[in-house]
Amino acid sequence: MKTPIAAAAVAAALYLLAGAAFAAEPCDVPGYLLFGSNELKHVAEAVQKQHKLTIAVVGTGSSILAGPDGPRSAYPARLEAVLKQKLPGIDVKVVSLVRTRMTAEDLAKGMEKMLTDEKPDLVIWQTGTLDAIRRVDPDEFRAALDEGVETLHKGGADVILMNMQYSPRTDIMVPLGQYADNMRHVAQQHEIPLFDRLAIMRHWSDTGAFDLYAAGKDNVLAQRVHDCIGRGIAAMIIDAAHLRPLEPKASQ
Amino acid sequence: MHAAVVTTGRDLRLDLFRGIALWLIFLDHIPSNLVAWGTIRNYGFSDATEIFVFVSGYTAAFVYGKEMRERGFIIAGAHILRRAWQIYVAHVFLFAIYLAEISYVATSFENPLYAEEMNVLDFLKQPDVTIVQALLLKFKPANMDILPLYIVLLLLFPAALWLLLFRPSLALGASVLLYVLTWHFNWNLPSYPEGHWYFNPFAWQLLFVFGAWCALGGAQRLATVLQSRITLGVAIAYLLFAFVISLTWYLPGVGQYVPHRLEDLIYPIDKVNLDVLRFAHFLALAVVTVRFLPRDWPGLKSRWLWPPIVCGQHSLEIFCLGVFLSFAAHFAMVEISGAVWMQFLLSGLGIIIMVAVAGLLTWYKRAEGRSPGSRPKKTPDADLAGGEA
Repeated sequence: MKTPIAAAAVAAALYLLAGAAFAAEPCDVPGYLLFGSNELKHVAEAVQKQHKLTIAVVGTGSSILAGPDGPRSAYPARLEAVLKQKLPGIDVKVVSLVRTRMTAEDLAKGMEKMLTDEKPDLVIWQTGTLDAIRRVDPDEFRAALDEGVETLHKGGADVILMNMQYSPRTDIMVPLGQYADNMRHVAQQHEIPLFDRLAIMRHWSDTGAFDLYAAGKDNVLAQRVHDCIGRGIAAMIIDAAHLRPLEPKASQ
Repeated sequence: MHAAVVTTGRDLRLDLFRGIALWLIFLDHIPSNLVAWGTIRNYGFSDATEIFVFVSGYTAAFVYGKEMRERGFIIAGAHILRRAWQIYVAHVFLFAIYLAEISYVATSFENPLYAEEMNVLDFLKQPDVTIVQALLLKFKPANMDILPLYIVLLLLFPAALWLLLFRPSLALGASVLLYVLTWHFNWNLPSYPEGHWYFNPFAWQLLFVFGAWCALGGAQRLATVLQSRITLGVAIAYLLFAFVISLTWYLPGVGQYVPHRLEDLIYPIDKVNLDVLRFAHFLALAVVTVRFLPRDWPGLKSRWLWPPIVCGQHSLEIFCLGVFLSFAAHFAMVEISGAVWMQFLLSGLGIIIMVAVAGLLTWYKRAEGRSPGSRPKKTPDADLAGGEA
């Protein structure tokens, strides 16, 4: 009995040390969570040939922040700011098309109209939270994802799927697992990038970068998390579309 | 303390693996628990649920099969239904604890980052509907799906057991047929507010009936197959295959080497309807286990294996305790700290409490003169099928 406990204690201690080291850079995300082999071809074409990039964020409540600062500090706006900074000379536009209390199926139905209205080069589709809360049938959830991604591909847009937030206070009540699995499999099958917000925020929580257990009305925490999410997506887009970003002089 | 391990003709391996399954279910149920990376669901297709359901079917047939032979269909059937009722009561008790925890969380939580996640608390706004739906087993909070499955399986069990005793092959065939039809016609029970049961009883009954069939002589019939080297080779090859596939879930780099056609074939691996891949993975695990861990292995009586075995011998109580402890662990992580050391501490503490309570239950039984060695010969004990047996 003693050896496994000792081993576990050592493992825990090492993990904590590693966490303390990471905590210095709050937005840090391990590369394997951001960079894969799935490419964003339309984005690459739009940036190189037309010098523009129109991104539509289709999502639900966790893509916005409340309050007067909300629209400016939610991740779609942060993403736009970071991309503008890193891709000078490119006309970057991020439109946030958020509708609260929508399941994946509800959002999938609106994709065709959204394509004609916005003509995006890239759609970031954030979904899954309400489906998990309502415990929508996993097969139906998966079918809705399939349908939505196919519609977007036919409409000539690249897609990034974004899964749920890591929410330690409510995670005993919301069984995210199989919904996150389904999103990963759909992303794999359609060869599109998955922004694994669940794993990324989990990583920030484990390393101590953010205290996601906090219960109070901390707008600063929410804004910092959204800022980091915006930066993460920007890094993912630049990598998956093989863009050459302007490297910032200082690290910010 | 460890002398309590019972040695009368029962197969301690069943208790051992059910005890381990109870531990793993507890660990998997603590959300955000790093220790859960060590549990078997991360290394193959099946998880602790399969072990739990199979062993429960095996022990239920062992206890009630004997009774049905000796005392008839009515008496044994009545005892099975009483057992189902006890499990229902246990489920409602857990639901009450769940309500208490999340009502507390709801009133103390207002982080603007999680405005969307707060929708999960919607059902607290209409307790009239929610509580009635919970009593009807249609509203089942996360992690509270196994007991309702167990209840439905036991409700169907008197008839299944009767058939298993007198026409075992026919019974197993009927179970397979129900499984196939369920897949074909998408049968399942409805849930509230929408969707279906997370563990589809019409599919999962296959594993329960298969366990019962093994207990009633099926295992002997399979002996030649189980001992063949080919079976062992196939089982090991399949376990390795599942292990490699499971690696791709966590190491995206490995995923590139899995051909798309294979992915299309195996995904989605359907837990709701007990995917064939999961069932086969459980069978492969069982084949390897039976091969390398003989029934009379002396280690089963050693004090090192006493903790899981004693937990397996009181499965209903320890299962409920495990669900309660996973709520309590979540509560402690929310209120004190969710740090990694805390996850290790709570996981270890939970298992120690489970073992201590199981030891206490054994002590109670012995104090009441009901330990299986000296049990008076009246009715089979009500806590049997799930627990002793």
